[in-house]
Amino acid sequence: MKQVFGKTKVLSANPTHYCPGCDHGIVHRLIAETLEELEVADKAIGIAPVGCSVFAYDYFNIDFNQAAHGRAPAVATGIKRTRPDSIVFTYQGDGDLAAIGTAEIIHAANRGENITVVFINNGIYGMTGGQMAPTTLVGMKTQTSPYGRDAATMGSPIRVSEIIATLESPAYVTRVTVNTIANQMKAKKAIKNAFTLQKEKKGFSFVEVVCICPTNWGKKPTDAHKWLAENMLPVFPLGTFKDIHGIEKA
Amino acid sequence: MSKWVINENLCKGCGICIERCPMKILAFAEHLTPKGVHPSSMTDESKCTSCAICAKSCPDVAIQIYKEEK
Repeated sequence: MKQVFGKTKVLSANPTHYCPGCDHGIVHRLIAETLEELEVADKAIGIAPVGCSVFAYDYFNIDFNQAAHGRAPAVATGIKRTRPDSIVFTYQGDGDLAAIGTAEIIHAANRGENITVVFINNGIYGMTGGQMAPTTLVGMKTQTSPYGRDAATMGSPIRVSEIIATLESPAYVTRVTVNTIANQMKAKKAIKNAFTLQKEKKGFSFVEVVCICPTNWGKKPTDAHKWLAENMLPVFPLGTFKDIHGIEKA
Repeated sequence: MSKWVINENLCKGCGICIERCPMKILAFAEHLTPKGVHPSSMTDESKCTSCAICAKSCPDVAIQIYKEEK
C-alpha cells in the first residue's frame, strides 16, 4: 500500500481548538504543504494574530511569533528586515487585519515589504463570539447587528484585496476560497505563488481566503460552504487583482 | 492494511467528508470518541477509490489515504 495522502511534517500533531468544520485547518494545511514543497520550512517564521488563529503557533512545526491585535504586518516587517533570508508570513483574520490592523496592513503593503500576508475573511469576529466585522455582509445578523447590518448606519463590507491592489508596491494580490476541492486547489496555487514571490525577493504578496464560520453564522459546516458560495462570493468576487511579475501565467 | 485510516482523536464530527465522498461510503459511527463526537467511519472499503477528497476536505487532517500498488 502506498500512502497517497497524509499529514505534512510541517503541521504539528496537536489537535486544533477550532470549531468542527472550521476552514482555518484547511488553510493551515495549505500553508504547511507549500512551505514543505518550497523547502523553506526550516527558515519560515509565521506571525499569529489575535483572533481564533491566535494559537496557530501550536499547530505548525516552524518558528512562530504572536503580535498585538492587528500589528502582525508591523512585526513581520521588523523580523524580515533583521533576517532578510527568512520566509516571513502573517496569518490574520478579518477582525484583526481589516478592523484594528487597517493602518498596519496598508502601510506594510505600500512599503512593499517582502512578506506574505494570508488574510482569512469570514465576515465576522469568531473568537469573541460573533460580533460584526468590517467585512460583514449588508443584512447579515450578528451579535452587534441583531437586525442585520444596515448600510446607512454601519457602512458596507470592506473589500481589502481591492484596496491593497490600488497601491503601487504590492507584487501579488489575490482572493481565493476553500469551499470546494476545486477552489481549494486554486487556493493552494495562490498561496504557493505568494511564497514563491517572497522566496525570489519580489515583494509584498497578499492572499485573501474567503472562509466559513459555521458556529457564529449559526449553520452546519456543510450548509455554511453553500451559504458562502451564494452570499459571500457575490460581494467578495474571486480573482487576482494584481500580479506585476505575471507569476500566474508563468 | 486499510485504504482509509482515521485518527479519531482529531475528528470533530463536522461531516464534511461524509457529504463530499463521491462514492457515498462514509457515515457517522455509532460510538463516541473521547471528545464526545460520532466520528466519520468507512462503511464499504471495497468501493473506495483512494481519491482522497475526504482527506483533503478534513479541516483537522484526521484522515490518511493509502492506495494499492499495482
